[in-house]
Amino acid sequence: MQSVLAVDDSASIRGLVTHVLKSAGFDVVLAEDGYEALEYARDNSVDLVLTDINMPNLDGIGLIKELRALPHYRFVPMLVLTTESGHEKKMEGKAAGATGWIVKPFDPEQLVSTISKVIS
Amino acid sequence: MPIDIDMAEIAQLFIEESMEGLDIMESGLLNLDLGDANSETMNAIFRAAHSIKGGGATFGFTEISEFAHHLETLLDEMRQGERPVTRDGVDLMLQSVDCIRDMINSLSSGEVDTTRAEELEIQLEKMLNSETCVNTAQQDISTSIGADEGRAVTTAPESGWDIRFKPHPGMLKSCNDPLRILKELEQLGEIDVCSEGGTDLILGDFDPEECLLSWRVTLNGDAVRSQIEEVFAWVTDECDFAIEPIGGDAEIQKQDLAVKSASEETPANSGKETNTKKASPPRKAVKSSTSKQEGGSIRVNIDKVDALINLVGELVITQSMLSRFNGDFDFTQIEGLREGLSQLSRNTRELQESVMAIRMLPISFAFSRFPRLVRDTGNALDKKFELRLLGESTELDKTVLEKIGDPLVHLVRNSLDHGLETPEVRLAAGKPETGVLELNAYHEGGSIVIQVIDDGAGINKDKVLQKARERGLVGPDETLSDDRINNLIFVPGFSTVDEVSDLSGRGVGMDVVRRNIADLGGDVSVQSETGIGSTFTIRLPLTLAILDGQLIRVGKQSYIISLVSIVETIQTTTDKVNAIAGKFELFKLREEYLPVLRLHELLGIEADSTRIDDGLLVVAEANGQRIGIFVDDLLEQQQVVIKSLEANYRQMQGISGATILGDGTVALILDVPGMIRLFFEQNSDAGTVSDVA
Repeated sequence: MQSVLAVDDSASIRGLVTHVLKSAGFDVVLAEDGYEALEYARDNSVDLVLTDINMPNLDGIGLIKELRALPHYRFVPMLVLTTESGHEKKMEGKAAGATGWIVKPFDPEQLVSTISKVIS
Repeated sequence: MPIDIDMAEIAQLFIEESMEGLDIMESGLLNLDLGDANSETMNAIFRAAHSIKGGGATFGFTEISEFAHHLETLLDEMRQGERPVTRDGVDLMLQSVDCIRDMINSLSSGEVDTTRAEELEIQLEKMLNSETCVNTAQQDISTSIGADEGRAVTTAPESGWDIRFKPHPGMLKSCNDPLRILKELEQLGEIDVCSEGGTDLILGDFDPEECLLSWRVTLNGDAVRSQIEEVFAWVTDECDFAIEPIGGDAEIQKQDLAVKSASEETPANSGKETNTKKASPPRKAVKSSTSKQEGGSIRVNIDKVDALINLVGELVITQSMLSRFNGDFDFTQIEGLREGLSQLSRNTRELQESVMAIRMLPISFAFSRFPRLVRDTGNALDKKFELRLLGESTELDKTVLEKIGDPLVHLVRNSLDHGLETPEVRLAAGKPETGVLELNAYHEGGSIVIQVIDDGAGINKDKVLQKARERGLVGPDETLSDDRINNLIFVPGFSTVDEVSDLSGRGVGMDVVRRNIADLGGDVSVQSETGIGSTFTIRLPLTLAILDGQLIRVGKQSYIISLVSIVETIQTTTDKVNAIAGKFELFKLREEYLPVLRLHELLGIEADSTRIDDGLLVVAEANGQRIGIFVDDLLEQQQVVIKSLEANYRQMQGISGATILGDGTVALILDVPGMIRLFFEQNSDAGTVSDVA
């Protein structure tokens, strides 16, 4: 089963993402902020990272940068799931190493299809 | 989280989370130092608004999401330092927080009233449009124009598209797979792909992590340009691509250039931004310490539950230890039995404490509403206040906590309104212009003490005394101690709402406050000094479920009096008791005359003896009134579990409940304040004690 590390400080979004992804047959690991995700990622590998941007402690952009520096995360697709839709923010995410951008509110089907596409 | 979780449950999670977010926003806004926007508080407020917006949109609560969006924009500008944090701004945002809270509350009823939201939206927009940072606004416009031009062509050409796609060597490193892009193009129509690059590749001499190939794609079908651009949207700066209609004309190519220049401009900017962002220190989380305070359920710290389970384990051990004595018992085993019983009593006590601890919540739940209240009252009265909260983590029973809120609000309002003076008056009196209101909570013995302290003008004793005399509460020639004068404000009938205006002191509905607190088994009193301030002290039992009681006996019946209300117990003689004709008896306790309440008469039962010399007088106090309760005998003191009489029988005046004693008999718990009330009602022609004492 392919695994997704989902990072969001909102419990309801985590709940929704888990629901949608598990229904689509993914294994889901949850983290509440960037640090928690990074802690997990140091010792574990996943097939995809899905992260929010605005989070306490370590935000999504920071997380992606840190993850890209880890050898076993260099080629893991990382998607951003956020309400931020500004071009500048997207470019900032890209520069950090994000693979793609999904803007909230998201359509569950679209989320699954995007993830399936990049996870290959 | 289980997979089959219902969507409604997740939405409910959003509602709870938003409520917590709103609390964070509210307390954050109240703590916000004006003029200091780039603080951690600001970030926490922003994040909360951001989450509400995102969650609202995701769960389909568009009204909330849209409204939160306006708020978020304003907060973002303040956070970035583009807009100063002003008092007006904070006020508007606080109102917005209230508005969102109302909207979320009304979600459950299904009808969301957006009138208030629309009004506030207009105000928020007005604020947003005033002196906004010009730079960012212009930048946004220029980028969006560029993008719009690029998407001008929306119709599909007759013969399809000719697409050139040359990824930059580093494209693979951002996990963008060229193959995926080709596959996506395939979904738009029939494609013909031809690899173009890689001619100069020498095996073994290139970096396998680099993408060195390029492709030319012919796409047939009715795809429009924007659809194709969408495929490349994420990789515009990581590849060169050109989209041309097969046999296309020059004008469209020009527009291609426009797209490119717009997208080339931005990476430089974003690079700069990334650097500045990096320099900011890591943020510390402002975690919400508030948990939901709903009627039916309670959030319990896992440690408390663990302790409970541990104790139950010990209880099981004790039980098995005692069960050894079940069969053949001989007196050689008496030592073991005694040991087991003492262990059982220890287990029971600890278990009781642990179970009680589960119902305990910090008083911060009740205190949390005051920063807002103090601020709003200050604005309304044109006074300056500083609120200090002490002992916020002091725990008390959930039921007590819920019921103490209103009396506390009443006391705080009263202090703000009548106690603390206007800045002018304060300055004239040589005090700092900001009045200080302190809320303090601490444990003392088996009770919790909550104090409301202000450094205001204090109670005007002359006016209080005068008023009390007018109302016949105090005899014309009677002299009272300062303390008793101050506490007159709690006497029923001292003041009614109509008289607020001609009383500069306190007294508005204070009897109601006292009655509410008395219903919780507590008491309230005030100390005050003119010009220095007043201190209201509320004393409450830690729990309503268990009572420290004194067992007393009248005839064959046992009753329980709460230990808290007992001042002392004395034996007196008939000659110290004076019966006042047609009224009740009084006895002299040191310098004070106290009425005698004969319990056997009040309850209509038979006593051992009706002679004062044969029994005991239990001096009890409630609501500032002392009384001697005549009983036959005092038995032991013990903790009793209160059982509601109302639920099992019916409500009775003077009785607050019942309990089951060790021998299995039922004992009634006497409600001292109620009994005193009843006593004076029955002797109503006697007037109040003050008249006769």
